[in-house]
Amino acid sequence: MSMPFYVAPEQMMKDRADFARKGISRGRALAALSIQDGVLLCAENHSRTLRKISEIYDRVAFAGVGRYNEFDQLRIAGVRHADLKGYTYSREDVDARSLANQYAQLLGQTFTHELKPMEVEILIAEVATNSAEDQMFHVLYDGTINDESGFTVLGGAANSVAEKLDQTYEQDWQLSDALKAAAEALSHHEKDAHENSMAVSGVADLEVALLARNHTGRAFQRIEGDELATYLRG
Amino acid sequence: MTLPLFEAGGDPGPNFAALLSVAGLTPPVPASPTDQLNIVHATTVVAIRCSEGVVMAGDRRATAGNLISHRSIEKVFPADRHSGVAIAGAAGPAMEMVRLFQLQLEHYEKVEGKALSLDGKANQLGMMVRNNLPAALQGFAVVPLFAGYDTTRDVGRLFQYDVTGGRYEEREYAVMGSGSLHAGTVIKLGYQPNASTDTMIDLAVSALYRTAEEDAATGGPDLVRGIYPVVAVLSVDGFQRVEDTEVEHRFRDLLVSLNNEQANTR
Repeated sequence: MSMPFYVAPEQMMKDRADFARKGISRGRALAALSIQDGVLLCAENHSRTLRKISEIYDRVAFAGVGRYNEFDQLRIAGVRHADLKGYTYSREDVDARSLANQYAQLLGQTFTHELKPMEVEILIAEVATNSAEDQMFHVLYDGTINDESGFTVLGGAANSVAEKLDQTYEQDWQLSDALKAAAEALSHHEKDAHENSMAVSGVADLEVALLARNHTGRAFQRIEGDELATYLRG
Repeated sequence: MTLPLFEAGGDPGPNFAALLSVAGLTPPVPASPTDQLNIVHATTVVAIRCSEGVVMAGDRRATAGNLISHRSIEKVFPADRHSGVAIAGAAGPAMEMVRLFQLQLEHYEKVEGKALSLDGKANQLGMMVRNNLPAALQGFAVVPLFAGYDTTRDVGRLFQYDVTGGRYEEREYAVMGSGSLHAGTVIKLGYQPNASTDTMIDLAVSALYRTAEEDAATGGPDLVRGIYPVVAVLSVDGFQRVEDTEVEHRFRDLLVSLNNEQANTR
């Protein structure tokens, strides 16, 4: 019988974290901003069908970066969790916090116990009646959960995008201003990134959705095509 | 509640009812006939095609045997943005079916990222009615009407069902419930193909009024308490409920014209 090689736990965790980070940093960035009109989610995405941003429930949205198949599996589990909870209790009882905790548990569990950690970073956002109470939970590949306020950026080159946004961000932004700023911050990093010199060419590469603040029922709205172009121009 | 995760083989896909059964939340079927129980029943609902799409309406009365159990229940609901469902039959299971149907459509849309086609929705509802058959045999029959605006064909469509889950698309109008005979006759006489939405709302209102005169289980307009039938229009703009105040106006106009008719014949 062969003896398994001894690997120090510190080393093992570091290797796993490096592996996950490498996978995530290859992906494109995604920004979420709490503004006057609601919570704006804005991502670079070449595909119009394989979405990074989606609806979970009335006031809750999901966004993921990294490996598509992994975060899409998480998204569907989230939709199921929310719909089952809303059915069992009431629609009001579905919230982002409990879902984010569930995700953190799962990602943490996978990180330590499975062969391979998930190469994803996800965001669960909930819109409230005023922007001070909006919730944005940023969950990392190892189950670390951050409660963000204002804005947050996920994915590759998140730091440079966040720095750029930090200079301009205002909580009482209108949708159009916020969209322009987010699109610019995202494309700014694209110009800097040496491995990918293609700049965001505008509407075609942006995936945008809004959790509309003044909306009863399902608040999730995609902003696409002509509508998006109008906001980016106006 | 933990995150529902599944192995590839046992994944329920976008089917919410299947997810419920995995979670053990499917309601039990009654084991024996329920003759002794005085179950609450919801009654007359109608759906009429019009130029813009479909008008749906339902009275507000629920009965348990010979008693009125509720004066203001609602029997016409939005199923999703572009479709609506109206129910007649045992009120409890019917409400549950509507809730499940609404969730089924929403769940599909969220998981798949795309709404079901109108035919897909109509089939889904048929399946739910069929699954209810064992309960129907025990006295819990639920028979819905389904109507929606078909965004791919740009036309309003309506469907009626029988207790076995049979799905029948109607071209002009459909009625369901205890007062369906009377409501159907009024609508049959007043129906005009491609009539304006306005005219068809009036026709639905008048049908429910006439039915309430003949059928004890159908409630007429309650001018004292301000309770009026639920009327909704399904058009390219989606499901839109007609304001109570507008329905009230239409009833008052109807009463005035009926009064005048009576005065002229005396």
